[in-house]
Amino acid sequence: MDALDVARWQFGVTTIYHFLFVPLTIGLGPLVATLQTLWYRTGNPRYLRLTHFYGKLFLINFAMGVVTGIVQEFQFGMNWSDYSRFVGDVFGAPLAMEALLAFFLESTFLGLWIFGWKKLPKGIHLATIWVAAIGSVLSAYFILAANSWMQNPVGFAMNPETGRPVLTDIWAVLTNKVALITFPHTIAAAFLVAGALLVAVSLWHVTRRPGTDTGEHRFALRLGAWVTLAATAAVVVTGDIQGKIMTEVQPMKMAAAEALYQSEQPAGFSVFTVGTLDGSREVFAIKIPYLLSFLGTGDPTARVEGINDIQARYAAEYGPGSYAPIVPVTYWSFRAMIGLGVAAALIALWVLWAQRRGRTPGNRWLVRAGLALPLLPLAASTAGWIFTEMGRQPWIVFGELLTRDGVSRSVSLTEVLTSFLAFTLIYAVLAVIEARLLLRYAKAGLPPPDAAPAEEPDDTAESVPALAY
Amino acid sequence: MDLSTVWFVAVAALFVGYFVLEGFDFGVGMLVRLFGRDDAERRQLIGTIGPVWDGNEVWLITAAGAMFAAFPGWYATLFSGFYVPMLLILLALIVRGVAFEFRGKRDDPAWRRRWDLAILCGSTVPAVLWGLTFANIVRGVPLAADHEYVGGLADLLNPFALLGGLVFLAVFLWHGAVFVALKTEGEVRVRANRLAARVGPLAAALLAGFLAWMLLDLRRTPAAAALGVAAVVAAVLAVAANRVRREGWAFTGTAAAIALAVVALFTALYPALLPSTADPAGTLTVAGAAASPYSLKVMSVVAAIFLPLVLLYQGWTYWVFRKRLGLTRS
Repeated sequence: MDALDVARWQFGVTTIYHFLFVPLTIGLGPLVATLQTLWYRTGNPRYLRLTHFYGKLFLINFAMGVVTGIVQEFQFGMNWSDYSRFVGDVFGAPLAMEALLAFFLESTFLGLWIFGWKKLPKGIHLATIWVAAIGSVLSAYFILAANSWMQNPVGFAMNPETGRPVLTDIWAVLTNKVALITFPHTIAAAFLVAGALLVAVSLWHVTRRPGTDTGEHRFALRLGAWVTLAATAAVVVTGDIQGKIMTEVQPMKMAAAEALYQSEQPAGFSVFTVGTLDGSREVFAIKIPYLLSFLGTGDPTARVEGINDIQARYAAEYGPGSYAPIVPVTYWSFRAMIGLGVAAALIALWVLWAQRRGRTPGNRWLVRAGLALPLLPLAASTAGWIFTEMGRQPWIVFGELLTRDGVSRSVSLTEVLTSFLAFTLIYAVLAVIEARLLLRYAKAGLPPPDAAPAEEPDDTAESVPALAY
Repeated sequence: MDLSTVWFVAVAALFVGYFVLEGFDFGVGMLVRLFGRDDAERRQLIGTIGPVWDGNEVWLITAAGAMFAAFPGWYATLFSGFYVPMLLILLALIVRGVAFEFRGKRDDPAWRRRWDLAILCGSTVPAVLWGLTFANIVRGVPLAADHEYVGGLADLLNPFALLGGLVFLAVFLWHGAVFVALKTEGEVRVRANRLAARVGPLAAALLAGFLAWMLLDLRRTPAAAALGVAAVVAAVLAVAANRVRREGWAFTGTAAAIALAVVALFTALYPALLPSTADPAGTLTVAGAAASPYSLKVMSVVAAIFLPLVLLYQGWTYWVFRKRLGLTRS
């Protein structure tokens, strides 16, 4: 194990961890804003209570997203300084824009929302949560544009003196076709997570605390289930387009997703394989004919290039070396992403059916599956990121810079190992605290109907601390 | 002034914003546990920065992002070279950020005490380490010809840098106390004023000493010297204003002292970004480390539009929450 391996593990662990909180921030923000809008429009206190309830869960989650996000920005410089030197001219711009355009909006207006219940007119106060939510979505756009540039570098020219890319067209970077499709895919996945959270929390209340605010929770249950279903549809559609763009710009990643070594025409898609994924031996596989051709190109009979052919082509283009990712990782993460996402939608559909016309879902398995529901899309988006990042390897910037050439040369193994262990440890502790808090507040249920609209520090003390610090 | 210099000024301005704003919320963070006598007082203290601390922290994220975009080599060398300080700053900011959010989420004194400790450490550690870092930036660190950091952790712990850490700690504590006096009413306000009166002269003296060392010994730049003098004058005026209990002026004074001192530091540094004390060829300069003219132009347009907007709505936030906070006994 050398500093490079540890730096990669650290990036993987800290990024995956960060992205456990990000989808909820992105997805739950607009849902809370929607609930508050309903209250603003109808004056019905049920929506206000739901706003407070889910707003609290949103904030507990938001804090974790913020603090783990700073690590991401610093990490490029700390562990990947040669990468930073190499890409700074192009990659730095969207990062700086993210901070300037999105993070300021998000943090400032969220502060106004949390503490402004009594200080701001109702309409302005409602606007603050929407602006904060827009900030979160904007931040996703800029960071995905930066990431998409690593997948499909565009809008630059190589400086012959330094051997580094120089930005020539910011518009090309911001409208990178990979970014344009990754953005809706990611946002839809975020709504999938948020919808699933609503389903799980309200299902718990409807089935375990029958009679307490059942009307409110049933509303949230339906809202969550519909959001989950709509989001899944959006994830599928955008994912399909994304697959075709990926086949075009990163054919190796698509081939590795299927562990397709030999080019095939037409190419099938294996749902499941037992055996080795190096293509030498296949014990058992369930295959759907034509599907890979269709996923990759839209044409069920098209030829799909295999890893071996692409490898030969890349070796001729970039010099000797292996240009294939770790195939079992890409193969299984791709399936986990799809499988878990679909499972989430099916469970949401089942919940929706089981609660129709005032029924209470009674099936034990359904209730269990419903309560675990948020974990599925979370795991699916984790798998999606593992796939997209591991599938790009050995490149850190596709076709331009290898991961091993991006690591900090001046940082020792001891230093990286220390920081890796420190982050892992602190993240583990915080995960436990965060999970407990979320469960505690989720179980506590809606605030009493006569509760003041969120407490502020100068108000009378609250028995259960609410939105105030 | 060419665009690379414009961006040097922009990065300096972002760090000025960061230290002026987060400076007082670091100070308040240190005071929560040390100064707040009971939970009600502590909540009152946290309440003064509750709506704004997260927005203040974004100044750092933007400053680092601007550094990355405008001077990639500076960002890369600084963050990899100052590895341990950066790591500790990150850990502190993580703990501090969640502490603000989590401390009120359980009605349990032990729980709150733990998070108050987290807020204390999370506010003290970054204050000291930013001081250490910026003192080292202006002093210079060992760099090889390829701009890689070739020193060790010990090289960062020189006397000047340690003084820098102490100065940031003292000044932010003072800035925080002045802010508390400005933002609260009742007993806390009176005590905060008294604390500021005790800390102020010491912090001002430390700041003057640090600036004198920097401007008379390390970097003799007349413009920076003038700014350094102005910073000390502002600090003295802040001490005086605090003494006559003009809290608004005292806060303006500490804010101006911090801003002028940071500007003095960047002025003294210019045109270098990070001087090398080993191989002179290793020195990172504004001209040498700047991003391409096109990249800088794009960033300039974006910043020209959005930075004023940020100032506008952050200013509005401070206006919305301008009221002094009273004490709520539970």
